[in-house]
Parts: sequence; C-alpha cells; structure tokens
Amino acid sequence: MLKKLLIANRGEIAVRIIRAAQDLGIATVAVHSAADTESLHVQLADEAVDIGPPAAKKSYLNIDALLKAARDTGCDSVHPGYGFLAENAAFSDAVTAAGLVFVGPSGEAIRLMGDKVSARSAAAAAHVPVVPGSTGRVEGIEAAREVLIDTGFPVMIKAAAGGGGRGIRIANSLAEFEQAFPQAEAEALAAFGDGGLYMEKVIGKARHIEVQVLADGKDAIHCYERECSLQRRRQKVWEEAPSRALPDRVRQELCASAVALAKAVGYSGAGTVEYLYDDEADRFYFIEMNTRIQVEHPVTEAITGIDLVAEMLRIAGGEKLRLRQGDVLVRGHAIEVRLNAEDPARDFAPFPGQVGELRIPGGPGVRFDSMLYQGYQVPPFYDSLLAKLIVHAETREAAITRLARALRELKIGGLKTTKPLFLALAADPSVQAGEVHTRWLEGWLTENAAALAD
Amino acid sequence: MAQILSPLPGTFYRSPSPDKPPYKVDGDAVAAGDVIGLIEVMKSFHEVTAEASGTNIRFLADNEDPVMAGAPLADVD
Repeated sequence: MLKKLLIANRGEIAVRIIRAAQDLGIATVAVHSAADTESLHVQLADEAVDIGPPAAKKSYLNIDALLKAARDTGCDSVHPGYGFLAENAAFSDAVTAAGLVFVGPSGEAIRLMGDKVSARSAAAAAHVPVVPGSTGRVEGIEAAREVLIDTGFPVMIKAAAGGGGRGIRIANSLAEFEQAFPQAEAEALAAFGDGGLYMEKVIGKARHIEVQVLADGKDAIHCYERECSLQRRRQKVWEEAPSRALPDRVRQELCASAVALAKAVGYSGAGTVEYLYDDEADRFYFIEMNTRIQVEHPVTEAITGIDLVAEMLRIAGGEKLRLRQGDVLVRGHAIEVRLNAEDPARDFAPFPGQVGELRIPGGPGVRFDSMLYQGYQVPPFYDSLLAKLIVHAETREAAITRLARALRELKIGGLKTTKPLFLALAADPSVQAGEVHTRWLEGWLTENAAALAD
Repeated sequence: MAQILSPLPGTFYRSPSPDKPPYKVDGDAVAAGDVIGLIEVMKSFHEVTAEASGTNIRFLADNEDPVMAGAPLADVD
C-alpha cells in the first residue's frame, strides 16, 4: 500500500483524491500555486507545498517543481488527477525515474493511446471496431469502390496530405462519389503536390458512449458504460449511466471490447475507452482511450458502488485487481451535471468571483463533489468547473426528478453558474426521453440559451 | 494622460500568441478600438481594447502577469 501521496492537481479532483487516500490511511500532500493558497484541497491535505506563481505553466505544469515537492515531503507516489499533466507521458516517466509510483499507466501506454494513429491500430489489433474506412491511403478509384462496401454513405474523402479541414469532400451517394473522387484526387495533387486520399465513414447522429475499465497490468475488468452525448463545443456537460440507448447485447459487446483493448496494451489503473454509437445502424466505433480518471467517474461509482479512485490507489500500491467481472453489478441510474462558473445566458462567458451564500443539496441519492466554501474566491486562472452534482435513483425518470429537486436546493451566491442550463434540460422532453446525440445540445442552445438567466 | 484598465481578472498577454509580435510596444500610438492585449480568464481569451486615441503607450503590466479586474495595464498620453 502507498504511504504518502502527492496530489499534482487542484480544485474538486484534488479534494476527491485526498478523500480517497485518507479513507485508505494514506498521508496526503497538496500542491498549490500562489493563487490557490486558500483552496479547499490545501486545507484538507495533511501537508501543502507552494509550487509557484498562478500561471499553470509555472506551477501545476511544472514537472521539476512537482518532483521537488514530492521529494521534500517524503512522498512515495504521485496522483495526477485529470487535465494538467495527467496524460503527459514524460511526466509519468519522470515520476517513475525519480523512484516514485505514478498513479496511472506507464508512459509507454500513455504514448500509445495519445497518438491517434497508433491508438486506432492498437484498437483494430484488439478487434475493437474503429470508424470504417481505408487502411491508410486508397490507390485509385477501383480500390476506393471496395472501401465503400465497409463505409456506406455518406462517406468522407480526405486528402492524405491535407489537414485542418482542408481537402475534405463528402459524398452522399455512389453518383456523387464517382464525381467527387477524381475531383478530390486532382485537387489534392494541385493543392498539396500529392494526390493521395483516404476515406472514412461519416457518422451522422451519434451518441458518445464510454466504458470505464480497471486494470492491474495483467487483468482487466469493466465497470459498464456512461453516456455523455450532451456536449457543448466538445465539452461534456451532463453524463449518465447506464445509457438508455444501448441494447443489452450491444452493451456486452462494447464493454468486452474495452476490456480486450485494456488487456492488449497491458493497461494499469483506471481508464476510459470512448466510442461513438450510431443508434440507427446499431453500430459502435472506437474513438480514443483516456488514460486517466475522468471528471464523470462518479456516475459509475453511483451505479456500481465501487470507489474508482481508491481502486486506482490500491492498484498503484501493487495490489492485484480485487474485483472480478462478476462482482460488478449495476443498480439504478445516475446523472452528473457540471456546474461551471459561466453565464449560460451570455454565451457561457466565464464568471470568476467570490462565493456568497452557499446551500449544498443533500438527501438520499445526492452527491456534491466540489471545492467551494462560503467566501471562497474563485481564481480566474484555471478551469471553470466549480462542482459536480451527482444524483442516483432507481430509474432514469426518478433520477431526473431528483436532479431537478437537488438543483432547486442548490444555491451558489455571488457567481453566475450553469445551474439554469441543467434545470431547463431536466425539464426538456427530448432529454427526458433520452432522444439526444452529440450535436443536439448546440442546436437546442441556439433556441433556448437566451432564457437561461439566473 | 489616461490609463487602460483590465476589464476582467486573469492573465494578461501582450501578443496574440507566443510566436507573434506584441500588439503594441512602448511608445506606439493607439486609436480608439485598437487591441492592446489579451486577458485569459478560465481558459478563454478576451481582447483588451483602447477606449480612446492617444500617443506614447507605456505598459504597466508585463506579458503573462496575473491581473485583477480594474488593474491598470498601460498609460497613454
């Protein structure tokens, strides 16, 4: 078991990790920038070290300062949280080279999954479905017609030498394709001096579904899926588990594929394998693997009763997986919403400031993960996440009712927050019916954002 | 003499990106509406503009300085 842990992070996740460590009897060391002296994670940890000025680059992203803090306080391990250095392979390597335990996967695993091409290859090798398309370049229109058997329509034709959205054409039918392919070839040659093309299926209305895995370097299990289709600018705002869209047969396949990938790469710790799920075609496709604990992990904790952060710490301490797949059971439905210091009525403009009156919701099935306290000055230098409200109930319908109840109890004075967004979403018929996809929320916001004033 | 104040709390930047030259250097003239820097607040970037025209801008805040809302960023004659 680990003895003394440095938490290389701030905010609610630092608080979450300190709590898990203290529950396991592990001593905790917080780090903080000059702007975070009064932070809750500094107050709750057994010790705290000032690691530099407010700018993250000079503090929370400063590997030398973090390693020095760990050495000076006699830590044997480092938890990176999420964001900052959590998926930085060089940091994992540096922690290990300093003779400390990195609570997460090896630098090698982070590198493999951090690169789009190598991650796609690793997934394909583990028989995890990837977005259908050409394996590398397609040579000539005859080879391209064969790729169509896998992709169907619409299909995206991309210039191999292109980038940043340049050199992309979409064909909706064979007729369009026959016309577009030679054009794309000529265009790519003219624009990039290279006529090489590749092809990929266009996934229209898809859901974002991800599988939580736990692994110890040899064995791996899954803790079922989360659905995070409600997104704004590719940022998740509302996450839930289980997904109501997933037939049970597909759920079993999806979760098994995530375990296969984790095992294939010798994964260790907690990780998340992300997929797009196309309801209409009833197919799922690997997008990427996140090699860290995620913001939305509490929904999985709510439905399975597993403390994922504690399991990470046990695995990092050298224990084998304590749970077998059959031990992981799903009970009820959970929803998490992200309360950000943003004004949803003004295009989600950031709103740092001082917390006035604070009323935290409670009662059965309600969890509130946060670093807020009355009088806390929210610094402008970091992420806008203030709190995560997680509700758990027997059914999805009851969870939404409970979410609305808890949101009405919640009061965060002095700041603008995304609370009005979630009250409106909880009352929306499409959300209640679960009829959403990854681009649904942005469309909804163009109609409804103006009415989201506090 | 007039002062240009930070409209928001956050981190002050003198140039649009690290590899670009600064918007203005000491001694430059400014026109009303000219961008003189950026404030990064909670990972989003906001332009700071001069409210009035003037000459001989002199910066009081350095690149990457943490600033409070209302903090003076530059003097202008």
